Formats: sequence, C-alpha cells, structure tokens
Amino acid sequence: MADVSLRKVIKRYDDVEAVRGIDLDISDHEFIVLVGPSGCGKSTTLRMIAGLEDITDGDIMIGGDVVNDVPPKDRDIAMVFQNYALYPHMTVAENMSFGLRLKHYPKAEIKARVTEAARLLDITDLIDRKPKQLSGGQRQRVAMGRAIVRNPKVFLFDEPLSNLDAKLRVQMRIEIKKVHQKVRTTTVYVTHDQVEAMTLADRVVVMNKGRIEQIGTPNELYHKPATRFVAGFIGSPAMNFIPCRLEDVGGALQIRLTDRIAFALPPARATRYNALPRTDKLLLGLRPEHLTESHAHLGPGVETFDTVLDVTEPMGMETLVYFGLDGTPVCGRVDPNAGAKDGAPMRLAMDLNNMHLLNEDTGVVL
Amino acid sequence: MADVVVEHGRVARTASAHKRTGLHNALKRKSTVAFFLTLPLILLIALFVLYPALFSIHLATLNKSMQKFVGFGNFTFLFKRETFWMVVKQSCIFAVTAVFFKALIGFIVAHFVHNIPAKGQRKWRGMLLVPWVIPPAMSTLAWLWLFDPSYSAFNYTLSFFGIGPINWLGDAAWARFSVILVNVWYGAPFFLIMYLAALKSVPDQLYEAAAIDGANWWQKIWYVTLPMMRNIIAITTLFSLIVTFANFDIVRILTSGGPLDQTQIFATYAFRVGIESNDIPLGASVSLFMVPILAVAAIFILRDVNKRGNES
Repeated sequence: MADVSLRKVIKRYDDVEAVRGIDLDISDHEFIVLVGPSGCGKSTTLRMIAGLEDITDGDIMIGGDVVNDVPPKDRDIAMVFQNYALYPHMTVAENMSFGLRLKHYPKAEIKARVTEAARLLDITDLIDRKPKQLSGGQRQRVAMGRAIVRNPKVFLFDEPLSNLDAKLRVQMRIEIKKVHQKVRTTTVYVTHDQVEAMTLADRVVVMNKGRIEQIGTPNELYHKPATRFVAGFIGSPAMNFIPCRLEDVGGALQIRLTDRIAFALPPARATRYNALPRTDKLLLGLRPEHLTESHAHLGPGVETFDTVLDVTEPMGMETLVYFGLDGTPVCGRVDPNAGAKDGAPMRLAMDLNNMHLLNEDTGVVL
Repeated sequence: MADVVVEHGRVARTASAHKRTGLHNALKRKSTVAFFLTLPLILLIALFVLYPALFSIHLATLNKSMQKFVGFGNFTFLFKRETFWMVVKQSCIFAVTAVFFKALIGFIVAHFVHNIPAKGQRKWRGMLLVPWVIPPAMSTLAWLWLFDPSYSAFNYTLSFFGIGPINWLGDAAWARFSVILVNVWYGAPFFLIMYLAALKSVPDQLYEAAAIDGANWWQKIWYVTLPMMRNIIAITTLFSLIVTFANFDIVRILTSGGPLDQTQIFATYAFRVGIESNDIPLGASVSLFMVPILAVAAIFILRDVNKRGNES
C-alpha cells in the first residue's frame, strides 16, 4: 500500500493534449474517483498511473518513487478493466493466479491467496469455470479477485461497472465498497457516472477537458461546487442555472429572475454578494430539491412564486416538475401528494439559503 | 345442433388445408430450405470432387492397360518398391518442414506487421502478399534462374564471400533445401495474413492485463497470443499441410523430382508413373496413398478445435 502523487502530468497525442498538467495527491488507503464526461482525460490519467501510457511531461510517484519510466509490471499495481480482460482460455483460478504464477510464488501460497480472495468475493463455487461460463457480474468479481490476490500497492479501476445492467451496477458498487473497507488498498477509480463517484469515493476528482475542475469529498462537491461544470455535473437531476441580476431596492439586495419575479436575498447571502458589480451577467444555481411545493411553514429565505408546469414526472417518492422561467427550463422536486399536474398552475417555493451565484462568463461559483 | 354444424365445418376445413399446405409446410421447415439452398454446391462437389475421387479409387484397382481388375495389386506392387517409400518419407519431410517454417515465418512477420502503425500497414501487407498472388509456375521459373549453378544471382553473390558455387538443384540435400525454400517463400504470406487477422482479434486489454500481471514479451506470446490463436493455428496448419502435401508445380519446375527421385513427392511421383510412364492406375494408387496420411493428420490437428471454439 502506498500513496500516489501526480505532478504537472501532461499527455499529448500528436497535436491533441489529452491531459493538461494535473496535480493530485492520493494518500494511503484512500479511495479516489476520477469522474468526468468522455474525453475529459480521466482514463488516460489512470492508464498513465498504470504505466500503460507514457507521460509526455511531469512526474508520477507511487510510494514516493518516481515511476515515469517503470514498466507496468514493476509498479506493483493491479487494474480492473471495463471489459474485465479475463484470459478466456484460463479458468477463474488460473486467471486470478496468473500474476502470482509469473512471479513464481510457492504453490501453497498461491492457492491460499486465491481461496481467500474467492471467499471474499463469494466466487468459491466458480473457481474451476472458464470466463465464458460466467455472467457479467461474476466476471467482474473475478477481475477484482485477480487484482486482490496480487496484494498490490494500488488498485486501479477503469469504468468497471459500465458493462453491467443498472440493478447489478448498484449491487457491485456496494460490493466494491465493502471490499475496499476490508483490504484498504489505495484505490483510483475512473467512471463517467457521478452517482458511482459520489457513493464510492473518499474524495472525488472532477475532470473536464484534460484539467481538474475540483477535488473534494462528495459532500463538498455537492454543496460547494467551485465551477458551473462541477455544479452541473454532480447531482441528478442537474442543478438549475437561471439567468439573473442583482438589484438594490431600498438598501436591500435582491435578485431578479424575470420581470415578474424578484426576491430579497437572505441576510447572509446579501452580505456575501454585496460587493459584486450589479452589471455582471449572473446565473442563479439552484438544485431541484430546493425548488419545492409551497407549504404553510416557510422559513426565512424561502420565497414563493406562481408558475405553470410544463411536464411532471412522478418518481414515487417524489415528483419532478418542469417549468420555464423566461424561456429557461427549470426542474423542481415536489411531494407526490402536492397535486402537481401537467399544464396546471402551481405555487412553488425557492430556498435561497441553498442558492449558488455564478458568473455566467467565467463559470466560477461566486 | 348448431354446435355440430360448426364443428363439422371446422374439421373439413382443416383436412383440406392440410393437403394444400403439405409442400408449404415442408418448405417452412428450416432444414428443407437449408438443403435446397445448398443443393447447387452439393451438386458441384459431387461432380468435381466426389466423382473424381471415386473414379480414382476405381482406377487404382485396374491393371496398367486398364482392362483387368487387380484389387489391391497396385498397392502391393508399390509397397515393394523402395522408391515409393522414399517418396512417402520425402513428402512427409517436405510438407512438415515447409509448413513449420511457413507458420513460423508467418507468425513472426505477422507480429511485425501488426505493430506497424495503421497508416503504413496496408502497403506492407500488400507487398508481403506478393509471393502468394503470383502464379507459382511463373515465380518458380524466376527461382529456377536464381538457383542456376553457373550464372545465378545466388552463386554470384556467394562468390564474393568465397563460397560456392553451390549446385542448388543438382545435389540431393541442396535440392531438397531449395524446393522447401521456394515453397516456404510462396506459402508464408498465407500464414501471415491469417495470423495477422487472428492477432487483430485478440483484445488489446488482454495484453495490458498481462503487462500489469507481470508478463514479459515472451510470456505475453506464450500465455496470451498463442492460446488465443490456437484454433486459427490448427486450421491453417491443416489446410497448408494438405496443400503442401499435394504440391506439384514447384517441385516439377525446379527439379522434376530429381536428382535420382530424391526430391520426388506424391504429386510429382504420381505424375511420373501415371502420365510419363503411362501407368495411370499406378499413378492413381500413389495419389490415393495421401488420403490416410492426411486423414490422420486432420484428426490429430482438429481434435480440440470444436471444444476450444466453444470456450472463447
């Protein structure tokens, strides 16, 4: 087990810069998830840590040693691939023990380690089967088993759940978390699924266009996003971005969303945003759960307004409502019993205590 | 009463429908359709493969003038001839050595070509296929000039190193070497292209997984490439073994079986006794003798292909 550090790591393919100078410190035992849309450089970063891609510039350190020129086999890492990459001609046990056999471990130890890993992953019965005879979830377990038996310094996961169906994905997600709680190996996990990132990670690294947008715990990213990209990427349904501007009305600061709708900001927010030039083009960032039905006991900072719903989506435990504010589509989450109907008028409440204010041009959360 | 009428009508209708759709149903069955679709090919094979095969079996049982039935007489005659056993031995050496080197060279070159960036790969693939696409009768003529004992390019080049001149086609050992060399040159591109296709079908991630598991280049070939290519290797080897065993043109043009029958193989020997010595039944017997040898090879090579085919 070891910590992993990336120092100004750059990856360039001919004229395309896939990774544009990444700095990242992963401490021992930590579960880090790299998340971002496809083409953001997350898989390339993982493959550079694995040694499967050369780095163009910068340094990668594992356990304090620079490994830029160390081949994958000498980095003491294990990797789980998206399509599992199991050797089709070998049984489960042979797949899992392949790395150990190449390193000439004693037979008894190999057997012990394979048995232990199989027990941990609940695949003891499958040990003599070939990959072809396994389901997707079972193959995934074997791929993890192959990583575990090596007892490496670092686990690398490259979108390991994206080939599974939705239900199995949730199940395996929990499985991966349990395994990490048991073996505590430093883990770098790549996914494009923000739910996976949020549920698995100690810290999430959000990447976009070859750069790191923000690093933080799932809660930090959710509640204190640094940029519009992070704010929009983390959370489902995504955060609403409503064009707005600040106004001074009778010494108080208010936020105007449309000609009709303007709200006074709660005192804490007013103090925070008071210094902003009133001419800036701004966006109000508000998560759907902070746009709810209006009920009797509204706290301070919660403002109500009337709108006409376009579409409603009953989800069971909640109903998603979609409506427009001056042409900007907005999503809210209301109680399923609040009587939301397609095309019907509804009074909604906006919780401005949880608002974010973004600069529309720079995308920075203010 | 009404019930009975309805019942009656339905029974009658069903019966007539049955009659009408007898052919229709037969056509609906998948196996029937499949049979009719393959019928043209079955007829072609019967005409051009089955008939000649049966006819050659028939020929092999006749005497030299093809007037009298002699049963296994031709075979017992052949078995007593030393030349025949030499031909059997030479055919086996020729086929096995040539196929082995074709496969080896094809495998190695396929790896090189596989590692060329996609851009330049087509050019190389095209060039490396040239030996295979030139009609062997023509290209072997060029080799014949290269092997010429007095003024050939080979001996001329070797003379700079103080070697030779080598009597490429006149000396038994060198003649065997030359015949195999030309066959390898002609046949290796077939292996190259088959192995290249097989290599391309091995997922890159298997190599990456092996690299992380600690395999070096040789272990990657041994534990990943070869097992993944086993079926293709088995089938191409068998196919090539059959074709090489039955080779005629290269030996015929280079040595005509000489010196003293020492490069004679089945096809050329069958031609020698059948056509040139006018004993067609004996020639047919020689060529028929290839069948059991190839059948054993086929069983041996193909025995695991089906099983392995199911697992990957």
